[in-house]
Amino acid sequence: MLSFIQDHWSDILSRGIQHAWLAGLPLLIGLLISLPLGWLARRAAWLRVILVGGSSLLYTIPSLALFVLIPLVAKTKIIDPTNVIIAMTIYTIALLVRTVADALGAVSEETTQAAIAMGYTPIRRFFGVELPLAVPVISAGLRVAAVSNVAIVSVSALLGIRQLGFYLTDGYQINYWAEVWTGIAACLVLALIFDVAIQLVTRVLTPWQREVGA
Amino acid sequence: MIGQVWRWLIDGANWQGSTGITHRLLEHLEYTGESVLIAAVIALPIGAVIGHSGRGKWILSAANAFRAIPSLGLLFVVAMWFVSRLTSDAAYLVPTIVVLVILAIPPLLAGAYSGVSEVDPAARDAAFGMGMTGPQVLARVELPCALPLIFSGLRSAALQVIATATIAAAISVGGLGRYLIDGLANSDYVQMAGGAILVAALALVVDGVLAALQRLLVPGGLRSARPSRHKRRAAVAEARSAPAA
Repeated sequence: MLSFIQDHWSDILSRGIQHAWLAGLPLLIGLLISLPLGWLARRAAWLRVILVGGSSLLYTIPSLALFVLIPLVAKTKIIDPTNVIIAMTIYTIALLVRTVADALGAVSEETTQAAIAMGYTPIRRFFGVELPLAVPVISAGLRVAAVSNVAIVSVSALLGIRQLGFYLTDGYQINYWAEVWTGIAACLVLALIFDVAIQLVTRVLTPWQREVGA
Repeated sequence: MIGQVWRWLIDGANWQGSTGITHRLLEHLEYTGESVLIAAVIALPIGAVIGHSGRGKWILSAANAFRAIPSLGLLFVVAMWFVSRLTSDAAYLVPTIVVLVILAIPPLLAGAYSGVSEVDPAARDAAFGMGMTGPQVLARVELPCALPLIFSGLRSAALQVIATATIAAAISVGGLGRYLIDGLANSDYVQMAGGAILVAALALVVDGVLAALQRLLVPGGLRSARPSRHKRRAAVAEARSAPAA
């Protein structure tokens, strides 16, 4: 396995970057879309049912089926990486809408009231008070989404989309153990990098959590 | 294009015979049912006991770490290992079932564990106060109270298995995934899209049936897990967060 990695190092790196792109970009787009949707889901019970229920229905669709069905709607080619980006964005939103709604709901009534009393407008209150306090819970949801995205993207190798999953399909076809293990290890390392990165950003965004118990 | 896919789906000829939709659908259901059943027999007792005793939580961390492994990789590794040892039709079916069981265990384990460990301490104390023994408390109080979360685990396990049984077509087993893999091999996009619609529909129907079953079996008093309890919601999120392969 080590010699395989040495021989194919530059290829592994370029596929890894492609894989990170296919898993990571949807994470950002999904988060940006989930914030307003999660906020809306808290406004009214019927909205919550539609948004959370609808997104969990999307989550039930198996990934290979979703990769194949998106070209039907988006008029893209089956081999286009855009399909994977769209599918992974859908999955990310499906996971995060509920998380964002719950995280915003967990902000205590006293905090909200204090912010109103200090003269925060609703928009400023959301960005200045509620969202920062919701960061730890949202970040936990984002970590789950990141790890699952990295694993799901590898499935698109079956359709011939360029990323780390290629080592799984190619290694299986030529019965080459070292290559398959390399593919699995590369996916795990990438998932770990995402996980650590999200935790670091969370630490930077929540300085008040660091001093506890010091 | 959508018209062609629709015609493929409603063409009676595509539903008959050993490569027909009916047969493929039954195969898919058979793999799913067998795997979830075996996984439930293994995972539910272990999860319940861990939740009841509070010991052995490392098993849960291990089960969760498993989710990061790409299921396609797991499938190929297990298949390669078996194929070099089995020489019959079972050469592909056995590794498929093994992988599906492995993937169904973590959500079931998490559901049973969080369900039992999240039981209201007051209910547990009352049960002990009435003179019940440990096993009685587990069977009569903790397990019924844990049903909503056990069902969440069961639903995500079922979805995980349906999704992975689809990609198992890549190692030459049957099921609905055949249309996706064979369609790709023959550049027949209509067949691929038709198969994808069938897979998506199957996942939605199975999830719907399990949701209906949950409504029937979970006692009314437990149906709305008190949403104010943050821990419980986190547990639900945990139990339902398995990625669809």
